[in-house]
Amino acid sequence: MEAKEFKVRWVMAIDIDKCTGCGACMVACQAENNLAPVEDASFKLRVMNWLVVYELSNKQPFPDHDIAYLPRPCMQCGNPPCVSVCPVIATDKNEEGGIVSQVTPRCIGCRYCMAACPYHARYFNWFDPSWPEGMEKVLTPDVSVRPRGVVEKCTFCHHRFMQAKDKAIVEGRDPEALNDGDYVTSCAEACPNGAIVFGDVNNPDHAVYELARSQYACRLLERLHADPQVYYISRREWVRRQLDNYLENEQVKG
Amino acid sequence: MEKNYSLPADHDLFPEGVQRCSLMKFMGWLGFVGIFALWGLYAAFRVLSNGLGETAMDDYFGFGLWITFDLAVIALGAGAFFTGLLRYILNIDPLKNIINLTVIVGFICYSGAMLILVLDIGQPIRAWFGYWHANVHSMLTEVIFCITCYCIVLIIEYIPLIFEQKQLNRIPLLRHIAHNLHVMMPLFAGIGAFLSTFHQGSLGGMYGVLFARPYVYREGFFVWPWTFFLFVISAVASGPVFTVLIATIMEKFGGKKLVSWEIKSLMGKIAGAMLFVYLIFKFADTYAWINNVLPAAGLTFDQNFYSTIYGQWLLWTELGLCGVIPCIILLTPSLRNTPSLFYTAAVLDCIGITINRYVFTVQALAMPVMPFDSWETYNPNWAEWGACALILAYGAIVLSLSYRYLPVFPQERKLNATKA
Ligand code: SF4
Ligand code: SF4
Repeated sequence: MEAKEFKVRWVMAIDIDKCTGCGACMVACQAENNLAPVEDASFKLRVMNWLVVYELSNKQPFPDHDIAYLPRPCMQCGNPPCVSVCPVIATDKNEEGGIVSQVTPRCIGCRYCMAACPYHARYFNWFDPSWPEGMEKVLTPDVSVRPRGVVEKCTFCHHRFMQAKDKAIVEGRDPEALNDGDYVTSCAEACPNGAIVFGDVNNPDHAVYELARSQYACRLLERLHADPQVYYISRREWVRRQLDNYLENEQVKG
Repeated sequence: MEKNYSLPADHDLFPEGVQRCSLMKFMGWLGFVGIFALWGLYAAFRVLSNGLGETAMDDYFGFGLWITFDLAVIALGAGAFFTGLLRYILNIDPLKNIINLTVIVGFICYSGAMLILVLDIGQPIRAWFGYWHANVHSMLTEVIFCITCYCIVLIIEYIPLIFEQKQLNRIPLLRHIAHNLHVMMPLFAGIGAFLSTFHQGSLGGMYGVLFARPYVYREGFFVWPWTFFLFVISAVASGPVFTVLIATIMEKFGGKKLVSWEIKSLMGKIAGAMLFVYLIFKFADTYAWINNVLPAAGLTFDQNFYSTIYGQWLLWTELGLCGVIPCIILLTPSLRNTPSLFYTAAVLDCIGITINRYVFTVQALAMPVMPFDSWETYNPNWAEWGACALILAYGAIVLSLSYRYLPVFPQERKLNATKA
């Protein structure tokens, strides 16, 4: 399978060694993208979080024990397993920048895309969304609220991309060649440690250009050939080992 | 004519020359089955009005009991298209004695599966998007098209049987329609076989193309993954014996012989032969999966199983106890012609296919693909069981009405006359 090429390729580079697992990114994502709070949040597999922070462990006893935190948005896969399976083209990878779109009004809620995504990046609306009284006033106007019965996921805050392009047009700049920082996702903006960096990986002027090419950069489950647009950076070998299901005898890169 | 009060009140509607239980008894039976239907209707109402949050599914198990049930009944309903193919296209004449039943069972399985799908998709009102915004690259699109078209074919195949009901058949127009549809049946059998093969395959293909799920991902052959073919063959390996089992259950309930042993044995032989072919491919597939697919994904065989609920025992039960053993019984004439062994083999065959559909649906999703992820478990709740009970009850009602009023079994009169 060939991944589609785009002139601009928006990626996220996440430095795992800088992430403290504070969860600011999750909260920012939740607020920015109008994710309705779930009534019973104790059932984690039905809670809406487009971005989830996983805890990784090297499983060694003290004092060698080490942990790491791994924020996981939608990987916006270059060769997305979720797109080809959707019977109604409710999810697609077409736009310049390579973001995997999700068209809520077209989704029939068959959940085949959820079965296809190995990253568990897709979420189903099990219930009618309801906001605590007054909260509707702080909803992001550019992001639609989703009804019951459809699948949703992280879109790299796509509405911010639109805003950045509009701004560039108004200022007379080329909307297809945004400067570094013109368009950032809410999680990247909220991270207190600067662990999440966002930009165009094809543009040497963007910080992610170098980060994604670092010898410590790797991608989650790279060997499955989904070609993710999220790069993780860690100087710890055991972390990189865990990211791509390395077999014991296999040499990890970096 | 003088009225015979010892006959059931609705005896005028019965097929020519057969006996049926009293109307009261029949109504009692329908009432009993109706309790399950009501339970299911309540579940369906809850799901449609409150959403899928009523079920036990979650973001890991987007596919659960309903999809397993759907896949299983569709495989078991394969008796319809396969027997039709053998009877009308390959001219295996004795099968005419069971073809009506296979059509009814197929109709129940397919229409039931579609009813479940209405509940299972999050936006039932948008179900038609599958045709309108069809994604030609999705296996599910193929399933949606074939399954609905094939259901229509099954209705067309069912109609002549309904019109052959004694009273309806007196109406010349209906008689002519029934006659003409009968004449055209080879055509519909052909269309049905084509559609059915494709969607049975696409159901398997649906899983095989999930290249990021090593438990179900398979290499391709032309545009289809292996699973496409495995699902087709496994369906035709179980559908025929499932129909026989249904006939036998009906015989036990009604206390009459409906299908001769020769026909049952023939169906068993056909299923056994197909099961043999299936097992060869399935073992080869399992070998290739262990040695190619899994290492390529950085996984070992053992990592694909977990605890009792997703344990290796499922694999061995599916392939050995419910695969090799029934295959041997069905293919060995002396064993096949021992009724107790024959029925055991038939039941095992059907269980094996159901396990196969279960592991492809549930275990595939339970298995963690990200190395730091964990195994999750899934246990369907009352609403999901209720919906399945609704379909089973619906099937029982359709079958009971058909048996009572329609000439389903051509051999019934002869078989029971000799007994008397
Ligand atoms: S991470 Fe999952 S949802 Fe996102 S593009 Fe990849 S397969 Fe699709
Ligand atoms: S749930 Fe929606 S987006 Fe996902 S495959 Fe089905 S229709 Fe497409």
